[in-house]
Amino acid sequence: MSAGFNGRGFWTLFTKEVRRFLKVTVQTVLTPMVTALLYLLVFGQALEAHVEVYPGIGYSAFLIPGLMMMSIIQNAFANSSSSLIQSKMTGNLVFVLLAPISSLEFFAAFVLAAVVRGLLVALAVYAVAVLFVDLPLAHPWAIAVFAVIGSATLGALGVIAGIWADKYDQLAGFQNFFILPLSFLSGVFYSIHSLPGVWQQISHFNPFFYLIDGFRWGFFGQSDSSPVLSLAVGSGFLALMIALALARVSRLRA
Amino acid sequence: MTTAISIQQVHKRFAAVQALRGISMEVPQGAFFGLLGPNGAGKSTLISIMAGLARADAGAIRVMGHNVVSAWRQSRHALGVVPQELVYDPFFSVREVLRLQSGYFGLGRGNEAWIEELLETLSLADKADANLQALSGGMKRRVLIAQALVHRPEVVVLDEPTAGVDVELRQALWHFARRLHREGHTILLTTHYLEEAESLCDEIAILNHGQLVTRDSKQNLLARYPWRTLHITVDRTSFQLPEALVPLLTSADDSCLTFRLHRERDTIGAVLAALQAAGLTVVDLSTEEVGLEEVFLRLIGQSGEGP
Repeated sequence: MSAGFNGRGFWTLFTKEVRRFLKVTVQTVLTPMVTALLYLLVFGQALEAHVEVYPGIGYSAFLIPGLMMMSIIQNAFANSSSSLIQSKMTGNLVFVLLAPISSLEFFAAFVLAAVVRGLLVALAVYAVAVLFVDLPLAHPWAIAVFAVIGSATLGALGVIAGIWADKYDQLAGFQNFFILPLSFLSGVFYSIHSLPGVWQQISHFNPFFYLIDGFRWGFFGQSDSSPVLSLAVGSGFLALMIALALARVSRLRA
Repeated sequence: MTTAISIQQVHKRFAAVQALRGISMEVPQGAFFGLLGPNGAGKSTLISIMAGLARADAGAIRVMGHNVVSAWRQSRHALGVVPQELVYDPFFSVREVLRLQSGYFGLGRGNEAWIEELLETLSLADKADANLQALSGGMKRRVLIAQALVHRPEVVVLDEPTAGVDVELRQALWHFARRLHREGHTILLTTHYLEEAESLCDEIAILNHGQLVTRDSKQNLLARYPWRTLHITVDRTSFQLPEALVPLLTSADDSCLTFRLHRERDTIGAVLAALQAAGLTVVDLSTEEVGLEEVFLRLIGQSGEGP
């Protein structure tokens, strides 16, 4: 029995994590949605008439997928990392650690809950944004694939950060000095082709750029980089985060 | 009698601290077993390894025959741990946390009746739908016990369950622990209150500096210190104590005399007769039986520093 999969244990932990963030929806879904829409309102209004990134695509339309992926990145990370550090600080993580739940079941539950939150916030942004802006859906499968890869990757990174951090301050540092700059500087608000040469090169080393670029390709059929390359980099980054997170969880679980 | 917990040559080091130095012992099935020791003795480390929260550097622990590392799922099913700290999840109600804990152990709706029974037994039914945050410390402690029992474990670890609780709750917890024991659970209790161990446990192990100092039945341990104290007040403050009583006297304060009597060699009757023969009248008398505390202090003192 030590092998196998405790399906009910995994499902219970996953649904608990989803219910946890749904109990504070204002903070976990509505606030990030409003923040994204404010960006859309401010930047869209200011730049709509001046900037056309792709032929035939208005700036506001260009901006929406970027804001959706930024919301996915930030919220998927916040879900697993904040839940873990809260459970560590309050000590209630012990209830899960005492149970017959394996590292894989533990990891999968936290990451899937992060995926659900990431997708929910992105859908909320989309649902409101399309009331005001026409948005094509060139390759819906790609939208779904990149949304899941992005949220799972950041959910896994959140597991790593949540287990690593001993204080809320450390987690805030990780979020503000790593996640936030990388997501802002990944082409949410602009095409990297508009950047000077050296910054364009640097952007190609930012994995978040590929997540946003592939996701945007799903909407417009146009992107800065090849969607195949974006899929390859996104999947590779996800695989790396899964490996690192599972190693972290295994150490946590003695 | 079969073994509930088997501990073999367990070593554990944390950085510069050697927390456990080759602990070996067995806890028989059905025992009410006390694990005692001063702070830093290694009790919590041993329980953490047993529960899978830490891993031993060497040695093995089995719970109901299941190795806690190689057969960890089975060993966790057999073990229920009531943590020392008053921890809780502020997002959920009492019933919700019990259902969650039940789910973690792979149990579904079939366990609902047991959850309801636990709520009743631990006087939590009125608060079943209240958020954990709204409960008193005592109620939170009851929830911790319910969580530990939700999967019906054969072995229950109570890690300092009465630390910081009021007298009423302590009595209620003792009553409940005795009931669990009567119903066939093996209980492993760690406590700082030696009076608690003396009252509840039938077998006791004492740890100090990561080593097992002793492991014996409570009766045998108490018999290791065969002294009792006799306090006598006589009718005057100035007198000559009979010669035979001088070696037994431990203190004298005016008319109050304190003697230390050997359980087998000395009798209270002989002391009273000697005082009477010396012309003294006894106006008050009381005795103190030696408890586990004296035994504990002596053993800890012999094995190194005191608590």
